[in-house]
Amino acid sequence: MVAELFQQYVGVVVATVAGFVLVGAALFANRLLAPRQATRAKGLTYECGMLPIGRGRLQIHFRYYLFAILFLVFDIEAVFLFPWALSFLDVGAMAFYEMLLFIIALGFGLYYAWRKGVLQWR
Amino acid sequence: MTGVGEVAAFWILATITVGSAVVVALVRDLVRAVVALVGSFLGVAGLFILLSAEFLAVVQVLIYAGAISILMVFAIALTPRSARDNAETAMRWLALALALAMVGLLIAVATVTEWGPQAKEGFQETASAIGEALLNRYVLPFEVASVLLLAAMLGAVVMVRED
Repeated sequence: MVAELFQQYVGVVVATVAGFVLVGAALFANRLLAPRQATRAKGLTYECGMLPIGRGRLQIHFRYYLFAILFLVFDIEAVFLFPWALSFLDVGAMAFYEMLLFIIALGFGLYYAWRKGVLQWR
Repeated sequence: MTGVGEVAAFWILATITVGSAVVVALVRDLVRAVVALVGSFLGVAGLFILLSAEFLAVVQVLIYAGAISILMVFAIALTPRSARDNAETAMRWLALALALAMVGLLIAVATVTEWGPQAKEGFQETASAIGEALLNRYVLPFEVASVLLLAAMLGAVVMVRED
């Protein structure tokens, strides 16, 4: 029974290894064939021919954190939906209302963000 | 865990998981550390599959390797002090002590716990069983989770608001 389960993952392992080999071989061939000359000017950031001013690091606005949080929250909701959908028919009508409550709670959060105008792309 | 394939898979996955975790601790660049952390998360997902907990493996890939790592990249990009990289701080001895205490706790839990027969044979189907448990026995924690997610959303909105 368990052995059968692992049989299904042989394909996953083969695909994963093949993916890594494919990318690794491309990078290795690149390293082998391309000429390399590391000079200081080559490593500089290109800024219309002028010497770059300041650090290369850019401070992004705080606002974008909200989008990351929203992505995480709805990702977790999707994870909860999956086992719910599988056992939906066995549990009956209660399952529907329980998930409805769950989605309404998250929907309220999205509504609040919308009303406060923080979803506006400025 | 009987066949040669399973034992080999366990050691390979354990090497990937622990090796990536070591890279996270040693590498100087924080973004590279996050990429190595994704490798560690994926190794743990493979270990979950070996434990026949397929649903947990999918959650591990979707939430940890997918969303949590994105959140970490955002956190690095948002923090001005992250420009000084993964430099050594005075906190590292405290971190080492905490990590060792955690290892001790995990070993104690693993040896003391009475593992049921399921732990040796593996599970048949986990996702629908988890769904049923969530909707029947653990319905209150399930709804509390939605309140927790709501609180996270509201907190982020309040932080980001400009007025």
